[in-house]
Parts: sequence; C-alpha cells; structure tokens
Amino acid sequence: MSGIRATRRRRQSVLRWVVVTLCMLFFAAPLAGMLDFTTKDAQGNRTGATWAKLVDVQGVSRDYPDLAAGFTASVGLAVLTVVVMLVLLVPTMTWVRLRLPGLSRTVEFLCLLPLTVPAIVLVVGLTPVYSWVTYFLGESTIWLGFAYVILVLPYAYRSLDVGLRAIDVKTLSEAGRSLGAGWGTVMVRVVLPNLRTAVLSAAFLAVALTLGEFTIANLFSRTNLQVAMFFLGKSDAQVSVAVGLASLVFAFLVLFALSFVGGRSPSRKETS
Amino acid sequence: MADTARRGALAGRRPSSALLGVVPFFVYVTVFLLVPTLVVVVGAFIATGPGGQGGLSLANVRALAEPAVTSALWHSLILSAVTAVAGAVIGAFLAYAVSTARPDGVLRRFTTSLCGVLAQFGGVALAFAFLATFGATGYLTKLLASTGLDDTGGLWLYEWNKGLMLVYLYFQIPLMLIVFLPAVEGLRPQWREAAETLGGSTWLYWRKVAAPILFPSFVGALLLLFTNAFSAYATAAALVSQGSPLLPLAIGGTLNSEVILGQENVGKAMALLMVVVVAAVMTLYAAIDRRASRWLAR
Repeated sequence: MSGIRATRRRRQSVLRWVVVTLCMLFFAAPLAGMLDFTTKDAQGNRTGATWAKLVDVQGVSRDYPDLAAGFTASVGLAVLTVVVMLVLLVPTMTWVRLRLPGLSRTVEFLCLLPLTVPAIVLVVGLTPVYSWVTYFLGESTIWLGFAYVILVLPYAYRSLDVGLRAIDVKTLSEAGRSLGAGWGTVMVRVVLPNLRTAVLSAAFLAVALTLGEFTIANLFSRTNLQVAMFFLGKSDAQVSVAVGLASLVFAFLVLFALSFVGGRSPSRKETS
Repeated sequence: MADTARRGALAGRRPSSALLGVVPFFVYVTVFLLVPTLVVVVGAFIATGPGGQGGLSLANVRALAEPAVTSALWHSLILSAVTAVAGAVIGAFLAYAVSTARPDGVLRRFTTSLCGVLAQFGGVALAFAFLATFGATGYLTKLLASTGLDDTGGLWLYEWNKGLMLVYLYFQIPLMLIVFLPAVEGLRPQWREAAETLGGSTWLYWRKVAAPILFPSFVGALLLLFTNAFSAYATAAALVSQGSPLLPLAIGGTLNSEVILGQENVGKAMALLMVVVVAAVMTLYAAIDRRASRWLAR
C-alpha cells in the first residue's frame, strides 16, 4: 500500500512540475516580451535608459505630464473607491446581520447584480448619471470612483461576507453596546478590527481593479493610469510598456506578501 | 426564544430607525446601479427621431438584426466559448497540479498570487505585452521568422479568432485556477483511500468519485469564464484599432463619435442584449454553484 502511495506521489510530482512549468512558460512569454522591448534601443542593443527614465520621478512628471496626471488620478481613485466601498458596505452588512436579517437576500442580490452588468453596459447607462455628477461636483476624474465602487461591489461583498460569517457579530456588538459604546464606536473599534483580513482583501481587490480600469475612464474621456498608458503607447511605447510591467510586478509583490499574512492568521487563531 | 422576542419588540417599536441604517447603501446603489440599468433597459425601447423626439418603439431592437450587430454578437459568443473551454481545461489541470503541492509551500503561494494578478491583468498592459511578444517587431515573431515557421509578421495577432483568443487565454487560465482551486482542494484524501481500500484503480477513482464531485464546480467555473470573456472590453479595445469585431467594441463605438443620427439608442439595445446573455449565464451559474457547494462545506 505504501509502495503504491509512494509511486503515486512521485507521479503526482512529475505531473505537477510538467503542468506548472508549461503554464509558467506561457505566463512568462509576454512578460519577457515586455522586458525585452523596454531594454532595447533603436539599434537593438541592450540599454536601461527607459527604466532609468521611469525611476527619475521629477523627469517623468516633466516629460510625461499625462502619465503623471493619470497616475495621480488613479491613486486618488483607488483611495476614494476603497473608502466609499468600506463606509458603504461594512456598516450596512453588519447592520443587516444584526437588525434587519430579512433584508440580507436583497442586499446580497444588489451586491452581486454588477456581475451581470458588464462595465461597458454600465458606461452606457451611467452617461446621464454622470452628467449630473459633473453638474454638481465638477469634471474631475476622481468622481469616477463612484462607478468603480459598483464594479468592486460583488468581490468586496464576497470577501466581507466570508469575514462576517467567521465572527459572532451579534455577541461582539452587544458586548460593546453594554459596555457603553455607541454604534459608531462598535463599528470602528469592534467590528472593523475583527474583519481585518476580509477588509484587507476587499481593499486589495478594489485597488487592483481601480488601477487596472480602462473601459469607463476611456469612454468618459477621463485620464487615469490605463488611459494615459494607452495614449502614451502611441507616442512613446517603451515608457508605456515599462509602466505596465512595473505595475504588474508591484501588484504581484503585494499579493505575494499578503498571502503570507493571510496564511498566518488562522494558525495564530488555532494556537490561542 | 428571548432572541426572537427581542427582535420582534425592536421591529415593533422602532422599525424606521433600524431601516435608517441601510438608507445610504440603497440610495447609492439606486443612483449608480439601478438607474443606469433602467436607462439601458428603457432606452433600448425608445426611438430617437432625427429631430430628437422620442417614443416607444422596437426600432432599436430591430436594428440588432443588422449583419454588423449579429456578426459582432456571433464573434463574441465564439471567442468567449472557445477561451472559456480552453481556459477551463488548462486551468483545471493547473489547479490540480498546484493542489498536490504543499498547502503553505512557496509553489502554491507563488502560483496563486501570480494568477490573482494575471486574472485582473486585462487591458492596455496586456495588449502591449502581446504586441511586444508576437507583434511585428516582437521577439517571438522574429524567432519564429528566423526559423521559418511563421513569416506573416505577426499580423494574426489582431484577428479576433486567432490573436485575441490567445490574449484572452492569458487571463482566463489564471481566473480558472483562482475559481477552481477551492473545489480541487475539497477532494479529501480519505475518498481516494476509500476507493483504494475497496480495490478501485486510479482511473476508477477519477471516473466514479472525483469527476462527479468536481463536475458542477467545473461547469460553474466555465460559465464564469464565459461571462468574463464576453464582457471584457479593455483588452480588445487596446489591441483592435479598426472595426468592431466584438459586441463590447460595437457598443463602445456607439458612444464615440461614430454615431449615426437617430441611432444613439441602438447602443442601449446592444447593451441590453449583452445583459440578457450574461444574466442567463449567471442564473445558470448560480443554480450550479448551489449544487457544487454541497461538497465544499468544511
């Protein structure tokens, strides 16, 4: 029996390495293409000039004002999206759990509804809404964050739902209330810290989605990072590709680091 | 007992104050989700004449039968179906391969993190990555040309049924891993051991135990991949600069300057068509997902 199992394990590990290697080659090919493209000069020699340009922050904001503006706008959008998403979802989902359980299916339905409304469709419908937003708040790119919250809603809902399921919100909030805390204090100092991992992953999803968003910004003619990259790709493709590769590597490093944080907390729970 | 009594008392005493807590959420969702959806649904059935006057009409819906729209829809469906099936099969193999690794090993973390990023990697950067690889001056194009395998100069990359499929697979396979890995991890080693104890071979285990358990999850993930490809706009928009071979591109085109007077709402009809397709697939997905999650309860 153990002989069979050892054979199987050996076979599994061969299969694992073959499949993973093949997929990694496919994943690596375009990334290598980006690296190759950004480290070549006009004569085809290797050069680090593009990356040197990108590291020089002042140079970038001087030579590529659109890219700098797009980057600033995307960072602002990411912050606004995360804040609005958390302020909207965490209290509502907690409140529904505590006081209005009858509404939970409605809230779930509304949160998952954007899955059936693609971004391109949302743009079509949002045109009149955004003419009002522009009328009241002005034409700044940052207000696109309101639409991005809708795009993030299903993913944020799912990860927050998992987090809320894992804790006993009712007991926690009652304990807080009976010790004299108001609802605001309960949310900020009791519920939120207990949802740390869920909030973190929801926020990461929101940031990733916001930094990668192109459809809505492009069709509303606003400049965020992706739109700036798209237009820069037509004039100075190397810098544009370098920005794309850098943001991808950055996102991967954040997620890779998060996977260690997320993996540690359950074991800590077990030992305590 | 006390719990229900208290809830009843609360509901009876101050229903309005409890409801107040969810008002911001509902207002927000109404303004930024329900109103846009209604705009699309209603707009699809309102014809705008040359003078701008509107009225209920099926003209926009009838315009969907035009060859440009039907071919865009057809291309979108084929592209989504092919990349969903190919992505699901390859991604399932990858998920199984990764699931046999140690749960907190570096390989597992590396692959899931990488796939988490790549699944979201659609859009401009992805298009550029493939241009730098398979485009006219891409390094693989040069490599293929120097070996004489491909001398078209990478023009196939811009065609929806060749290049776009490959590009879409680049985010479909990672998405499949993310979605399908929990299902594969739900396969307990005890089931395999039970099958072995009863004298079953590996093939029998896969055919009679693992496949039936994984099948609903697999189909569910496949449907998710389909809608993902079907609603993707950014990648195709960044790669295809001429014409509108896909439905999202056609909708985007109606929002730009290319609108023929009196046809503004045809875009809304196309958007409605898209919602109908996606909603049908997602309904099926929800039904399958409920069945699939039966085996995933831990």
